[in-house]
Amino acid sequence: MELFKPDFGLIFWMFVAFAILFFVLYKWGWPAIMKGVESRADLIDKGVEYAQNAKEQLDHAREQADKTLAEARKQQADMLREADRMKTQIIDEAREAARKEAAKVMDAAKISIAQERKEAEKQFRNEVSAFALDIATKVVKGDLADKQQQKKLVDSLISDMEKQN
Amino acid sequence: MHLLNDISRKLTALVVMLVAMVAPAVAADTSEQHDSESKINPKEIIFEHLGDGYGWEVPFNHHIRIPLPVIVWGQDGLHCFLSSRVEHGKEYTDGNATFKIADDNSPYKGKIVEIIDGKEYKPWDFSITKNVCALFIAIILVMWSILAVAKWHRNMGHKAPRKFVGAIEALITFIYDGVIKPTLGAKAPRFAPYLLTVFFFILYMNLLGLIVVFPGGANLTGNIAVTLVLALITFFITNFMGTKHYWKEVLWPDVPLWLKFPIPIMPVIEIFGVFTKPAALTVRLFANMMGGHMIVIVLTLLIFIFGAMGAAVAGATTVVSVCFSVFMLLIDVLVSFIQAYVFTMLSTLFIAFGQEDGHHEKKETKTANN
Repeated sequence: MELFKPDFGLIFWMFVAFAILFFVLYKWGWPAIMKGVESRADLIDKGVEYAQNAKEQLDHAREQADKTLAEARKQQADMLREADRMKTQIIDEAREAARKEAAKVMDAAKISIAQERKEAEKQFRNEVSAFALDIATKVVKGDLADKQQQKKLVDSLISDMEKQN
Repeated sequence: MHLLNDISRKLTALVVMLVAMVAPAVAADTSEQHDSESKINPKEIIFEHLGDGYGWEVPFNHHIRIPLPVIVWGQDGLHCFLSSRVEHGKEYTDGNATFKIADDNSPYKGKIVEIIDGKEYKPWDFSITKNVCALFIAIILVMWSILAVAKWHRNMGHKAPRKFVGAIEALITFIYDGVIKPTLGAKAPRFAPYLLTVFFFILYMNLLGLIVVFPGGANLTGNIAVTLVLALITFFITNFMGTKHYWKEVLWPDVPLWLKFPIPIMPVIEIFGVFTKPAALTVRLFANMMGGHMIVIVLTLLIFIFGAMGAAVAGATTVVSVCFSVFMLLIDVLVSFIQAYVFTMLSTLFIAFGQEDGHHEKKETKTANN
């Protein structure tokens, strides 16, 4: 049964060869591979995490954009409404101001009319008195003799004037 | 999937090639014997193929062998010469010493002996025999494959490896993440270099053994010396790096007192177990691989044994034998992987036994891991 008798030479070389193999791989083989596999796994994990985060952020950003858009629309509507309101207000105000101005003008006009009337009245009176003086002059020139008649004439004239007024 | 297909296609081609080569090699063997003795001695052929040799057979020829260096430490010091000098029973005189390969009647049958005064003495034999040479080839191949992966990791950064490097890396992670890490836990990085080296070393030796021509064909893992050394290394690592708790479990196990006090039944069983573990490792790998080789050789030899009974019988046996041989070789490819895997797994387990901490600490580490 030579198969079951271990050979000294083979045992010796086996020890030597395995020691060399182990040393070489221990030094230059396994650490590099272990580190590489580990760091690659980390990288892949990180990549997946990053992608997930990015997707989440994208979803979030879309949501945010939708929200912003809706807000903007609402703001726009608000602004339009506000503008409308302001427009009517301005028109109203303008109308009011115009009305007031008109009233003022009217008042001023009234006052000036009254003044003018007064002035006219004064002028008229002056004219009438001038006329009266004229008439009186004429009467004095025509009928100075009859005192009675003079008086009558003056009276009638005055009454006429009063009537006229 | 593509890679797997590719590999399987190549493997199939390889196996078919192997069978194609084993048959003529054995045929050359037997036809040679046919001429001289006109009788086949299956036992001799089988043992020659399973055993070691000072030269390496070449296919289709039984005379020529690739000469390998013979290194012996005889009575008067070191002698180195090529194995072709002592071929076919020739004697070789190197200085004052005469060497030859002992013949069948000698107790040192098939080994180099030094002849002093007509008596045979066995010198210290460090020859690069067929098995030693195959061992070196396996070592170089393992080194080359693993360093290729390491180089990839060093130079290519985080790119995904493809083809051969990718396949080897897949195997590495398969063993590391599938066997070593779950068993050894936090201590995995400490023992992974040894266990991974053992796995690839055994796998390569197994697969090389299935190749019949020069770079392979040596029945390395089917040689008890090889498996013994590997099992011994595992044994040393288990026991020399074992924790206090491991030795307490061996010498004073956690069993009722009467099992260990007056007569130390359990400690004796445990100590016995310390030595049966490497023995089991040795024999398992050795027997499996040797058995596989033996079956393939026997199936091939059947052709020549039945060949004597006439053309029809020989033809029928050839078909059946070749079919079975192919089948067995395919199984052996599987077995090569499984045995390497099992050896690594059991080594991991034994080392893990040696690394066990007390139950308290174990629980703590478990919760810490969770």
